[in-house]
Parts: sequence; C-alpha cells; structure tokens
Amino acid sequence: MDTKSLYEVLREHPFLEGFKPPHIQKMAELAHEVQFTRDQVVFREGDECGMFYLILEGKVALEVSAPGRIMRITTLAAGDELGWSSLLMEDRKHFQARTLEPVRALAFDAARLRQTCEQDHGFGYLLMRALLRVVSGRLQDTRMQLLDLYAPRGVKLI
Amino acid sequence: MSCAAAPLMTPLAARLARVDKETHDTFTLTLERADGQPLAGFAPGQFSMLYVYGVGELPISISGDPNDPGRLVYTVRSVGRATHALVNRRPGEAVGVRGPFGRPWPLEAARGKDVLVVAGGIGLAPLRPVILEVLRRRDDFVRLIVLYGARSPKDLLFRKQLAGWARQPDTQVLTTVDYGGTSWRGHVGVVTTLFRQLRLHPAQTVAYVCGPEMMMRFVVRQLESRGVPGSEIFLSMERNMKCAVGSCGHCQLGPYFVCKDGPVFSYDRLRPWMERHEL
Repeated sequence: MDTKSLYEVLREHPFLEGFKPPHIQKMAELAHEVQFTRDQVVFREGDECGMFYLILEGKVALEVSAPGRIMRITTLAAGDELGWSSLLMEDRKHFQARTLEPVRALAFDAARLRQTCEQDHGFGYLLMRALLRVVSGRLQDTRMQLLDLYAPRGVKLI
Repeated sequence: MSCAAAPLMTPLAARLARVDKETHDTFTLTLERADGQPLAGFAPGQFSMLYVYGVGELPISISGDPNDPGRLVYTVRSVGRATHALVNRRPGEAVGVRGPFGRPWPLEAARGKDVLVVAGGIGLAPLRPVILEVLRRRDDFVRLIVLYGARSPKDLLFRKQLAGWARQPDTQVLTTVDYGGTSWRGHVGVVTTLFRQLRLHPAQTVAYVCGPEMMMRFVVRQLESRGVPGSEIFLSMERNMKCAVGSCGHCQLGPYFVCKDGPVFSYDRLRPWMERHEL
C-alpha cells in the first residue's frame, strides 16, 4: 500500500477521528501494512513494547495466562487499536495478543511515533488525546465487566 | 391483543405443554389453557403473572412468537425458590396464569427506520418477540441490528436462532460474552463494546433495550453519545411486580407503576428516575 492509499485508509479509521489532514499524512508516512494468519500470536505477555497497530480487518483476542489456563480479557476488531501501551514507553506487554481470524492492520514503530510527537506537539496532543479516549473507554469497559452484571445475586465468578 | 378479556386477579388454569432447556439454568416453558381453549394473545414486551401453586406468583415476560396463537411461551432463569419450582414443573403439570399485562414495545415508532435491539443476559427473552415481529414484517423496517451480551458462552440464549437471524438480509447480529475461555472464538467484552463495530444512523434508529438496569444505563450513554435521542430509546424495566394492575404499589418507580405504565418506557420518561438512589 502506498502512502496515498495509507492516507485514505487512515482517514476512515475511528482512532484518527479529529485529526487534521497534515496529521493523518504524518501517520501515513509512518505506517506499513501487516497481515497475520488465524491463531498467530502478535505479541506475548512480557514482550518488549515496540509496535502500535490499527486494525483494519479481523479479530484479535487479548489474553492473560493463569496457572493451568488462559483467560481471554477482550476482543479487538476492525476500527480498534492494539498495543497502546507502546506509545507510553512501557517496557513490557501485560497481555498476549492472538488473532482469532486473519487480520490486516497498519503497524507503526512506537519509538518513531513518540519521536514525531516530541517534534510536533500539535500532532502529539492529538495522538495522546486519541490514546486517552481509548484508555478511558477500556477503563469503563473493564469496570462494567467487573460488575458482573448478569450474575445471579450472591454468585461470584471466581 | 385482548388484554381486557383476560382475568385480572384470578389465575387461569393452564398447563405446561413443553419445557425446553436453553442453558444450564434457563428454560423455555410453553403454556396452554387447561380447558383446551386458546390463551389470550400478547404484544411484544408484555408479561404474565405465573402462579406456581403452593409456592408463589411471579412476573415473567413473554418470549414467544406473537403470531403463534393460543399458547404462551416464557423463558425463565432459575434464580430463586419460585423460578426454581416453575422450571422444574413437567409437561402436563398445572400453572396459573394472569395477563398479559403492561405496555408493549412501541414497534410502530420504528416503521421505516433501523431497529436496534440491545439485550443483556435473560433480557433477550422479552426482546425475542420484537425480533420475530420485525422479521415477519420485514418491509416495514430498514436494518435490524441485534447486540447481545451474556456472562459467558454457556449463558448465551437462543444460539441457533441468533445464527438464523444473522443470515437474514439487512440483519446484523453481534454477540459477546463478558468472560470467555480460549475455546470461544467469538467476541469477549461487555455489550457496549459491540457499538464500535456498528455504523449507526442516529436519526434513523429506534433502540429497544433490555437487561440488568446498570447495563441499560451504560447502553443509553452509548446511544446518546452517538446521537440517538432519548425519545427513540425504549427500555423494559424490572421492579417488584405483585398485583400487575397498578393497585398494590410494589413496583412504583417515581410517578409510575412499572406493571401498568410499563414495563416498557421511553428513556425520556425514565431519565429523571433511573439514576436516583433508593427508587
């Protein structure tokens, strides 16, 4: 995919809502398309945080391993982003990401994205605002999940 | 829909025609009149008072097809003494029935528009008649979108029907579970996370929502943030319904009796009362 096509794809991606054309262009210049097959591990818990992804097609499960089992935390799909912690300079991945079906995504080198944020604070502000929106949404989703709304009264999940 | 002909306070003698197991704790019961006459019809969203003789009476939403005359279908989750006794009745055994009661889902509000059904847990049961009716009158509506969240894969209701509905034209069915193991290849996350996969046309959408009250509050926030007005969002409320005719006051919610003024309300009417403590 050339930069022009990348620009068009990024313009439609919900993560970039509110970005101005020059900012989308910057993202396009840093993006490259990647594909994963079904059941492929994109990254493992404990891996270094190097890449940030915007999902275009397919589904990815975030998983965490507990003794004797793997628990699925959430599922990400087209329009979602994957690996936001890499933009916050966190060292290691907290979860494992595994594709549930073939996935097409745009990948960004997190260090280069961070460097661009430092060089262009306007771009950096928009990116961090988009990121905060994601993190806030995930926090609300997690709180709702913890409420265990469908459980019969008095029943605990674990 | 002949509510007026139905007995108000005296249960009608009915018997169980079928008991179908849906999940580990949820059953679908089909009732018919003990004297062989047809039971009163219903509108999607209405409920009956089912009397388990010697145990107690409880309000249960009707989950069957509104165009299947003569019998009434209920989907019941066994969570307490009365529901446990009810789902353990066998075909042929007697059950008392009053109703149908309550205001139904206003389907006419969605004529010519997209129908968005959002259900959580057992909340899919009172919405199933809406889905069946929309599919029957398919030309009256544009898109049918069903978002359904359950606790885990083993708690998903009507799985075969969900798959069948998803195959219908202009119909999108998205399911999710709050907790899924690795054998579950579907979506994991609360029901509101499914909104990210939708392209809603807010001015052209009427939403019908049923589930735990907290879930409905989160769903309403999602809908409003996407521009769906409160007048086009309808919720089915659950309160401690006893008489079902608005005389005992047990199900009072602000100025309303849920049994008589509801159980279906537009969010515009509920807005001042839904988030008030101790109501």
